[in-house]
Amino acid sequence: MSYEELLTQTALSDERFIVMTAENRALVRNIPAKLGNRFIDTGITEQTMIGAAAGLALRGRVPVVHALASFLSMRAFEFVRTDAGIPNLPVKLSSFIPGFLSDGNGPTHQAIEDISLMRGIPNMTVFAPADEQDLVEMLPQIWNCPNPSYVRINTRPTSYQHSTFQWGKAEVISVGEDVTILTYGLLFEQALVAVEMLKNEGLSIGLINMRSLKPVDEQAIIRATQSSGLTVTLEDHFLTGGLYSIVAEVLLKNQLTAKVLPLALNEKWFKPSLLPNVLEYEGFTGKQIAEKILGYQTRSIQPEISVPQFSE
Amino acid sequence: MRNIKTEPGKLEATALKVREHIIKMSTDGGCFVGASLSAADLIVYLYSEFLNINKNNLGDPNRDYLFLSKGHDVPALYGTFAELGLLEKDRLKNHLSVDDHIYWHPNTHIPGIEFHSGSLGHLPSVALGVAMDIKIKGGTNKVICIMGDGELNEGTCWEAVLVASAYKLDNLIFVIDRNQFQANMATEDLIPLEPLHDKFTAFGAAVKRINGHSFEALHEAFSAFPFETGKLNVVIADTVRGKGLPSIERRADRWFCNFNATEVEDLLKELHGEHITQLTSETLVVR
Repeated sequence: MSYEELLTQTALSDERFIVMTAENRALVRNIPAKLGNRFIDTGITEQTMIGAAAGLALRGRVPVVHALASFLSMRAFEFVRTDAGIPNLPVKLSSFIPGFLSDGNGPTHQAIEDISLMRGIPNMTVFAPADEQDLVEMLPQIWNCPNPSYVRINTRPTSYQHSTFQWGKAEVISVGEDVTILTYGLLFEQALVAVEMLKNEGLSIGLINMRSLKPVDEQAIIRATQSSGLTVTLEDHFLTGGLYSIVAEVLLKNQLTAKVLPLALNEKWFKPSLLPNVLEYEGFTGKQIAEKILGYQTRSIQPEISVPQFSE
Repeated sequence: MRNIKTEPGKLEATALKVREHIIKMSTDGGCFVGASLSAADLIVYLYSEFLNINKNNLGDPNRDYLFLSKGHDVPALYGTFAELGLLEKDRLKNHLSVDDHIYWHPNTHIPGIEFHSGSLGHLPSVALGVAMDIKIKGGTNKVICIMGDGELNEGTCWEAVLVASAYKLDNLIFVIDRNQFQANMATEDLIPLEPLHDKFTAFGAAVKRINGHSFEALHEAFSAFPFETGKLNVVIADTVRGKGLPSIERRADRWFCNFNATEVEDLLKELHGEHITQLTSETLVVR
């Protein structure tokens, strides 16, 4: 099932749902015809859209709002914090082209601080699915929770069959003694590639799809860091405030320490280009991830990375 | 009104070349073709005739400033830079390459770009700040900010108009590329903007509404600068999204385009009036 199919089905079967967009229709192309006046396009007005979503939520609605990740998390930030966060209203943010998915747009469109910003809002919940199946698996619970939610929308396919989503739990893909990779979102696809390469090098590798970043699965982080020689945090996000920070917070809170290698964007925006080139240039292909962990080059071959089209 | 200084036919010829550059950038990842084509004549006119901007004065505080706020029409600007000697033509081939800085939105790695853009409704206020400083210093430089009509959905555009009027910034010109479309919708079908002239007038600006593809009309309007002492200048340039390529003109589903090599060849011929292209690439591509 696709994101749009799930949203359509959910909204048609539950009158509380309102689908909103700030003229970003890629994910909701067919919904206006099906939902009638429960589809609202406010034009390019992210702040007003969030304020209006809060108003709708005051009346018992569950607005699912769509805009590009950078504008939803940053331009509308204060409206999200003040109008959805403070009153704890179930405004559901669907954030399009987060992280590396903004490929050739440039820094204005790069949402790589969104996790940090959103998880800093009291009452807010934050999610980053690994692929479209993971997204569709997670969304019913996210949309049903009484809090505001921020979801990094990721509709890319991967070959992995995800398990059922349990609220606040990470998905443990494998357990390893040498290294455990903690990741979320788009880079899960490359982490799978890296894991295979590292296994071929004889390492025992764990992989965790974090899925839910707030609430976060503290036990999964503790188990991984305490049972592996090295923990890798892998994310298309600034080093500050994302998964690396989350791991640090969890360890400190539990008076633990660990050897952690962060793979993130350190005090820089990424080079704008098409997605496969971005990953290669910034060192985030599966092969490059594996080699950073190993500390040496391998003969492994990086599988081709597909260019996102975001079209219908 | 002074005469157009560019020799007869040259503005049209430059604009045609700029359109060729835009079409050539619309493949291998693509670009925002329609919005670039609507702004092309306007940008060519401003750099050729109106603005005191050239490759030798880019660091001069007394130069004029142009801010491209809609941003995604930057292929029109890069094409103009290439034709007017501000940017090496060969670099346009580096579109989306990790070895250059030419991508879907403007950035200051490219000389002549005053400020990065891509997030709508930012540069009206940045231009406002520059115009304020010029007023404080008693300078005579002109400041232009080009905005899209869809961009006018963003409230910050209107805040900037209010503040510019309050501070009587008659050295500032907001130019609206009124191509009637925002992304995949006609503006009047979504968030109607008309009567646009009256909206700006009510906010205190001196407004001219002209055909944005007529160099004569552009010249007449900009020659009247400043339109009224103590008032923000607004030019509403009525344009056609996709201007020059009938196969995509005024088409809601042709905003971002990633054409294949054959289509690019055909579109270049279409630009010169040879035929109408049969487009096969995907429509409604979103970036």
